[in-house]
Amino acid sequence: MKKYLLKCQVNGKNIEREIRPDKTLLEFIREDLGLTGTKEGCGEGECGACLDLLDGRAVNSCLMMAAQAHGKKIITIEGLRDEKNPLIDSFAKEAAVQCGFCIPGFIIKAEELLSENPEATDDEIKESLAGNLCRCTGYKNIIKAVGKVRKKCLK
Amino acid sequence: MKIEMKKTPFSFVGKSVRRVDALDKAAGISKYGSDLSFPNMLYACAFRSLKPRIKIKNLSDEKAKKIRGYVGLITCKDIRGKNRWPLVMEDYPFLPERESRFAGETIALVLAKDRKAAKKAASMLKLEHEELPFVDDPLKSMEKGSVKIFGRNNVFSKYVIKKGEALKSLERCKYKIKGEFETNYQVHSYLETQVATAVPASDGSMTIYSSTQCPFYVLDAVCAVTGLSNHRVKVIQTVTGGGFGGKEDMPALVAAHAAICAQKTGKPVRLSYERKEDFMSMSKRHPSYSSVMYGADESGRIRACVIKYVLDSGAYSTLSPIVLWRGSVHAAGPYDIENVLIETYAVATNKVPCGAFRGFGQPQICFAQESLIDDLADKIGMDPVEFRLKNIIRKGSRTVTGQKIDESCGLSEIVNIVRKKSAWDRFGVKREGEKIIALGFANTYYGVGLGAKGRFLDRAGAYINIYKDGSVSVNVGNTEMGQGALTVLTQICAETLNCPLENVHIHEVDTSKVPDSGPTVASRTTIMSGNAIMEAARPLRERIFKTAMEILGSDKVSASGGFFFVGKKRISFAQVVKECWARRLKMSEQGWYTAPKTSFSEKNGKGDSYVVYSYSANAALVEIDIKTFEMKIRKVFAAYDVGKLINPRLALAQAHGGILQGAGWALFENLVYKDGIMLNPGFADYALATSADMPEYAVSFVEKEYTDGPYNAKGIGELPLIAVAPAVRNAVKNALGLRLNKIPMLPENVWSMSKNKKCFCREN
Ligand code: FES
Ligand code: FES
Repeated sequence: MKKYLLKCQVNGKNIEREIRPDKTLLEFIREDLGLTGTKEGCGEGECGACLDLLDGRAVNSCLMMAAQAHGKKIITIEGLRDEKNPLIDSFAKEAAVQCGFCIPGFIIKAEELLSENPEATDDEIKESLAGNLCRCTGYKNIIKAVGKVRKKCLK
Repeated sequence: MKIEMKKTPFSFVGKSVRRVDALDKAAGISKYGSDLSFPNMLYACAFRSLKPRIKIKNLSDEKAKKIRGYVGLITCKDIRGKNRWPLVMEDYPFLPERESRFAGETIALVLAKDRKAAKKAASMLKLEHEELPFVDDPLKSMEKGSVKIFGRNNVFSKYVIKKGEALKSLERCKYKIKGEFETNYQVHSYLETQVATAVPASDGSMTIYSSTQCPFYVLDAVCAVTGLSNHRVKVIQTVTGGGFGGKEDMPALVAAHAAICAQKTGKPVRLSYERKEDFMSMSKRHPSYSSVMYGADESGRIRACVIKYVLDSGAYSTLSPIVLWRGSVHAAGPYDIENVLIETYAVATNKVPCGAFRGFGQPQICFAQESLIDDLADKIGMDPVEFRLKNIIRKGSRTVTGQKIDESCGLSEIVNIVRKKSAWDRFGVKREGEKIIALGFANTYYGVGLGAKGRFLDRAGAYINIYKDGSVSVNVGNTEMGQGALTVLTQICAETLNCPLENVHIHEVDTSKVPDSGPTVASRTTIMSGNAIMEAARPLRERIFKTAMEILGSDKVSASGGFFFVGKKRISFAQVVKECWARRLKMSEQGWYTAPKTSFSEKNGKGDSYVVYSYSANAALVEIDIKTFEMKIRKVFAAYDVGKLINPRLALAQAHGGILQGAGWALFENLVYKDGIMLNPGFADYALATSADMPEYAVSFVEKEYTDGPYNAKGIGELPLIAVAPAVRNAVKNALGLRLNKIPMLPENVWSMSKNKKCFCREN
């Protein structure tokens, strides 16, 4: 298989890698870059565990080819961690984490929402997160954790 | 010198401290099974049968050999140990030799250098086979003329519980009622699919990294399949992305498959499932069929109960016998009834083997009996809550197995709490435009721990090692799978030693570092590992407290929050530990806890089935759209007695998750089989609740102390799910007058019932 030269920016770093063209973005992030915070829950666009930000939009990395990220900016949960994104701490504080497998995906989605709509209401949060599955928490504390990071809640 | 354990106030127990693992999980730091990598690792992919029952003739990998990265084919011939999975009955071969019994069963494994190549190669194997007659309906499977797939009658196990004269007494009852009920599968849908990695060492020993609730089950299976002795295999639990019972027995099969491959190649082998394979082959909640009869006298006392309960167990017995047992013991509901006859069956069919799922055989029969209890109350003309209060178990009552409830029973209190909080007495049925809104009630109980059927496994160990700097390392044999065990056990350890919370580190379970502590199931971890930790901590506590007294020069030392005080003088836990080390005191201990005695007679079902029970009461506020018949749960009022809450916030979080899982099972999770083939194996067609389906949760707790529990705790994990479905069903009944006796309660079922029957909404 002919390799493809992928150039993109991941968590602020410029990356150039030769990859197989049949690689998904999820495989590229987890296997080639070793960024394992992005999870695979279903591999078919149904759970949201694999969400990453691509030029600021939350995308299902399991459904995209890595090549589609060419020339774009990717942010993963590791990137949010490095910049001390308040969502991470809020999830831990609000008991929104149980098994944790779905959580990075929720945080990515919530980050997308709050950067577009920093004062999102609870209903808007609920609606925006309705594409992410969590089997453990019953969602309530997740909604609460995101709510606490709204602009008006951060002093 | 005897050190008294202080009763109250506590420094850590009963406090809603933060989860110890939350931050690492949220930040994507925690390593789950698929996040680990090993040099030279190979990837395995299962080759599965796609037919309900076949004779295996020949398997060829000629075509697969052309795939780049293909390494080889692993079949049952490569098994060096025994080809029988050591579970309850040993009928499941690790890899089938001649016959495959359900669509989805792994027949062989394909190895390749990467995951994609392995999958591709597996798709290119050629299986020669002969289709065999199969049975996919458990009721037909029990009939005389059925195709035989297990023993003489396709019954894996059967129980009879007899108390008094149920049939005779039923005849005499003024009010009698009978109902037939059906429930469908439920898929665990843990977000992390099954995954195991087997890493062989050059001396032939092996380390297994497994996403599991039960590392010791994995150990047993891997040792059986490889022929290695227990001390040559080490099972390490990786951070586990949800279990709910689905990672009780199944990870042992996955790990055993990886182990066969690793033993054959001498290389690390990863076996991780795609979601579809996980659906097709891993255990589920059993579908059930039940027929229930209750009889009550003039005054509204339940006098008799007769139950027949059948579980569709699938192709192999796995945990069905014990799932059935728990269901049987709890089948009549939390009521004080003199005359009971319960007959239960776990039946073989050529479908996916069913096993443990939160509630373990209880939710299905609870749905049936709690629905019928409401119907009986209606028939008598009593309020369903009043009717329950008249009949429920209280201190001094006896269960159906004759066990006396002698302590820690808060059922009547929680029923009253829910009654009050939901405004049950005033609510009635409301109409808002196109919607009808009503409340429905259900309560239940849950025997905590393995009970009499699992009593030989009901023990747990813990090892505590206090370092010179005052940090504390703990090994336990029960696992964290998301429920919060690590945090609760950390609190128990810190409380008992009087050391700061952050000094305690509980390691992931490693079978080489702690004795076999049984499975992490049956809501038993707080009691079992909690008590084991307290056992280990007790002598350490004595040494530490004695040393503290000597340093402070007084025997009137008080201790809290990791400090020891005499008047204004205080020293820290670390200072005391340093002195203990200077005195060469023993600063490590092992604890061992065995559950109190339980019993069960196979003959008549008599005995003290469980050490103690937890209780739940639920009222579901449900709205039904009278045009579309869509049902939505607006709010669930729930109250629980789970003993002392070690961490109230985490207990509440268990309640939220359990309620929503129960709601999904009741209303829309719908796995469909046709002719032995699963039609919707994936999240695209199997609907799970999302944040849009979330009801409001109104949860309360009553803390009835359990003497033998660590700090008087019982167990919570499974309880919140169990009685949600009947509460929803009873709400729909109260709203529309329709009795939906089948789960899931789909809008189309309500619609077709409403056509045939006069109901509230059509009268209006
Ligand atoms: S893994 Fe991508 S949506 Fe589930
Ligand atoms: S925390 Fe387990 S799936 Fe969300």
